[in-house]
Amino acid sequence: MRSIVGIATALSVTALVVGCSSSQTDSASTTSAEASPTSTAITGDVTVFAAASLKSTFTELGTRFEKDNPGTSVTFNFAGSSDLVAQLTQGAPADVFTSADTNNMTKAVDAGLLTSDPVNFALNTLTIVTPPGNPKGIASFADLASPGTQVVVCAPQVPCGSATEKVEQATGVALTPVSEESAVTDVLGKITSGQADAGLVYVTDANGAGDKVTAIPFPESSGAVNTYPIAVLKESTNPAAAQKFVDLVTGPQGQEVLAAAGFAAP
Amino acid sequence: MTAPRRNGGLIQVGLPSWVYLPATVGALFVIVPLVAILLKIDWAHFIPLITSESSVAALLLSLRTASASTAVCVLLGVPMALVLARGRFPGQSALRALVLLPLVLPPVVGGIALLYTFGRQGLLGHQLDLLGIRIAFSTTAVVLAQSFVSLPFLVVSLEGALRSAGSGYEHIAATLGARPTTVLRTVTVPLVLPGLMSGAVLAFARSLGEFGATLTFAGSLQGVTRTLPLEIYLQRETDADAAVALSLLLIVVAAVIVIASASRRLTGPL
Repeated sequence: MRSIVGIATALSVTALVVGCSSSQTDSASTTSAEASPTSTAITGDVTVFAAASLKSTFTELGTRFEKDNPGTSVTFNFAGSSDLVAQLTQGAPADVFTSADTNNMTKAVDAGLLTSDPVNFALNTLTIVTPPGNPKGIASFADLASPGTQVVVCAPQVPCGSATEKVEQATGVALTPVSEESAVTDVLGKITSGQADAGLVYVTDANGAGDKVTAIPFPESSGAVNTYPIAVLKESTNPAAAQKFVDLVTGPQGQEVLAAAGFAAP
Repeated sequence: MTAPRRNGGLIQVGLPSWVYLPATVGALFVIVPLVAILLKIDWAHFIPLITSESSVAALLLSLRTASASTAVCVLLGVPMALVLARGRFPGQSALRALVLLPLVLPPVVGGIALLYTFGRQGLLGHQLDLLGIRIAFSTTAVVLAQSFVSLPFLVVSLEGALRSAGSGYEHIAATLGARPTTVLRTVTVPLVLPGLMSGAVLAFARSLGEFGATLTFAGSLQGVTRTLPLEIYLQRETDADAAVALSLLLIVVAAVIVIASASRRLTGPL
């Protein structure tokens, strides 16, 4: 999996280099006399390292960005937030970073990867999901602890798992999961394939799965809210375009797309 | 090096010297990343990191499941290799291609295939449920996943050994009146024992490293389904030092297996 990310990164670097060189030749041929390096026109490539849970919304926003700013191209690297921070601290070239929790963004701040403070742009909460039709009749968070119910959650080491732990502490309900997955998508997979009776995933994951799962919201989820921050990276080779992408995400258009996917506004 | 040398009547053909350059690059490509892991180890905390409760549970589970799946591979793989190497029936080559398919499949695909076979709503899931057998999220699921990806390794190496051993001695034994089972027990199996051993070692090593199929099919719970590779993957999320320490542990276990089997091959029968 690591190697796939590596190849993806290598490809995006190649795309970046190719993108830059072609846009340079373009601008050189059109504006032959005055090649001002401080041009304010937004062109070139923007590489965005984004948390995996943002895949569908950010892909849509990327397409919109390219349409609104002809001559630009947005490349994404979607992965777990901690993976992305690790890649960035190891020198992976990128322009924008978004994580699914404040912890990982703090790591990026501590590593001196940012030029300015990150901006919070979305909130996500947990929901119970069951196979379609809720065959076990689960109605509350406490029902997950009833004997004979096979529950799958995220491991405490990943953001969705730490949110699960917080809810457990707040409610005093101790779960005995049959599996603690390392990614929220693996939890969802165990539910859509009917392996487990119930799982805890983000509201947005449940939305994305459509009618393959039944979502059962529970009030205690408000005790564990994940905040999504976004920031332009210090090493960005295209900071103007990067900032414009951040503006799109935090602006009304971005908020509309995020809200449609189930994210709450910060 | 390129000039032929005489040595006890046999002409020794040396390797062309240019071969050493790509061979060195290839060796470095494998060795340098291993050295990089060694350099990254936090030696002060190494022992506490690999003896933590979760690490020990993962190591023991890995050794247990890899041994069990190697046993499954030997029990099923030896007859499969015999049929493929010695049997003659229509569709044999197609069957060989099919049973060796997990060799080239990404393990995660194997995991999905197992899920839709042995999973609760899988092809056989309902029947198994009626028998009271629950495979999902159990250690059995881990062994199934490991056996699925490792079986072809044993079949391939044993089939190769059977083919290169030929069936001459078997024919002689048969003409001397030995029944097929006697031939198999006293001639064929002893003849290909080194091939069987190296096939079993390969299967064990492949089981030990199994990740994708286990993650997809069995889940991840300490002491039950979270094997060493899954523990490394999870630790990496929060504690890179622990992940590196466990990686070294896995490398050491794998190296011990490879070295033990290599020395066995040198000193063993044949």
